[in-house]
Amino acid sequence: MDALGASLVACWILGLGGIFNFAEFLVYKGRPGENWEVGFFSLIGIWGNALIEVEDLTKAYGSVTAVDHVSFTVNNGEILGFLGPNGAGKTTTMRILTGYMPATSGTARVAGFDVFEDSLEVRRHIGYLPEAPPVYPDMSVETYLDFVLRIKNAPAETRRSRVTEALEKTNLADKRKELIKRLSRGYKQRVGLAQALVHDPDVIILDEPTVGLDPKQIIEVRNLIKGLAGSHTIILSTHILPEVSMTCDRVVIINKGKIAAVDTPQNLTAQLKGKQKIYVDVRAPEKPLAELLAHVPGASGIEVSPARADGHLTATVEVLPGNDIRSQIAAGIVGKGWALYELRGISLSLEDIFLELTTDDATHAQPSN
Amino acid sequence: MRSLYAIYRKEMGQYFVSPVAYVVVAVFLVFSGFFFYLYVSAAQRQSLEMLMQGMPSDVDMPGEVIRAFFGLLSTLILFLAPMLTMGAYAEERKRGTMELLMTSPVTETQIVVGKYLASLTLFAAMLLPSSVYVAYMCFHSEPRPPWSILLAGYLGALLLGASLLAIGSFVSSLTESQLIAFVLSFAASLMLWVLDFGVRGADTVVGQVLQYVSVIHHNDDFTRGIIDTSSLVYYVSVPLLFIFLTARSVDSMRWRRA
Repeated sequence: MDALGASLVACWILGLGGIFNFAEFLVYKGRPGENWEVGFFSLIGIWGNALIEVEDLTKAYGSVTAVDHVSFTVNNGEILGFLGPNGAGKTTTMRILTGYMPATSGTARVAGFDVFEDSLEVRRHIGYLPEAPPVYPDMSVETYLDFVLRIKNAPAETRRSRVTEALEKTNLADKRKELIKRLSRGYKQRVGLAQALVHDPDVIILDEPTVGLDPKQIIEVRNLIKGLAGSHTIILSTHILPEVSMTCDRVVIINKGKIAAVDTPQNLTAQLKGKQKIYVDVRAPEKPLAELLAHVPGASGIEVSPARADGHLTATVEVLPGNDIRSQIAAGIVGKGWALYELRGISLSLEDIFLELTTDDATHAQPSN
Repeated sequence: MRSLYAIYRKEMGQYFVSPVAYVVVAVFLVFSGFFFYLYVSAAQRQSLEMLMQGMPSDVDMPGEVIRAFFGLLSTLILFLAPMLTMGAYAEERKRGTMELLMTSPVTETQIVVGKYLASLTLFAAMLLPSSVYVAYMCFHSEPRPPWSILLAGYLGALLLGASLLAIGSFVSSLTESQLIAFVLSFAASLMLWVLDFGVRGADTVVGQVLQYVSVIHHNDDFTRGIIDTSSLVYYVSVPLLFIFLTARSVDSMRWRRA
């Protein structure tokens, strides 16, 4: 009987293997904490006008580094765009900022509070729209927003007016009593947006706020976000370029967890506007053409595509700003006696800049500077 | 405290808009009512037979019925408690609403305690109507059983439920699937239930430990109107332990996510 009893105990313990969580917790809780000075100096950070400060932030999932030594700041009242392909680390960075998950190393401060040390205080200052709107399908829009206000500790007497205000801002007033599960995807997204701003937080973090909306709604949401700037500090992520140039004051281009560029959309475009590409369509042998192009002064990043069936070759050449080498190329080609069909300059759009910054160097020519 | 109440209030609201609560309560009331009827009519028949055969009735019939009824209640609770808690965290995680809760100024403990108290409230509300049958029987039976038996029996049922709900919440916090949460918490409860089957009455160390750990062993005393301190300690410490583990498990979600 005792053997049976003992084995039953063993089974029970194995069955509750979930206790591993607990062990995990003990291991991680031992992470060395920052000391009080950080909290003190972070208060100075607020006076310094930077509402969000991210320093050397790294997040690793096992061997995969999702966010790799990222640093940036967001000033009070600014809209910062987070631009990057899917899986670049946008969501992870946002989740760290909202206190949803801790970073592996580095610090992040929101409204002067460390996201790890003073997580609750940080969470008091933010509104957050995750990738999927965090809604309860069985609640009505109104009940849901009221619940959000309650867990955000909004004063009881302001709850009614705040719900109304958020519904108006997001154009949901006529869906007030509707159950969320009956709403279409676009409306659900708007409920999620209403949830992020209903308690009038200092910092609003939006993870792809326009996903699932139709073009008209996208414009409405962009205008709404622009209207929130000034009184709120906003970070929004997107992989849609026009969104960034239309709504954001500054852009962080992030790729594979690393920051590729931080600037205003205007500067980013201007910086690369001088930079041109030249497109050549010629009937010529491949190797000699590449050699010829390489010998033209000022040319770089030469890409020659394989010959088509009719013998045509196309090539793109990057040129340093201010150099127009089209005539040299034309002279060179004509000098060799090849047939030149087309020769024109292409200026880079924000789209190209984005691609250039975020595409693998191995598959793409090195940027010239 | 306000955040805890916000969570509690939301959970209660969710119970009453989702069909789960209604189904669970309905199943409980149908079965408890039906079996109560069976027990009473069986007892009636038995005492009538004994009377006809002229046997002295020294059997405590009402007491037998009450014991059988509480035994049935504990079995129903074993099945139904995991249903009340299976969605507690699994569903929040699946819908992504856990992300809202965990980025709001609410501590893990507030989330866990709020949710637990809500499930306990619903559970108590479910138990309450069944007390009408027993109370009615007590009024009309001879000898009239002492009220303390009833109170002790219901206290036992409530405490048993409190333990199983805490275990169920913990299991729900480990998975994203309600079904897995239900099966695993049912299995864990059943395991605690049958733990002392082989060793009942044994006085070896292992036997006594297993009997103490068994969740149902402690319930037997309550159905006989006995409130044993060791049982009380057991029924208070199991929920506390599992509430603590649930809070840790919810906290660990932050670290676990890949």
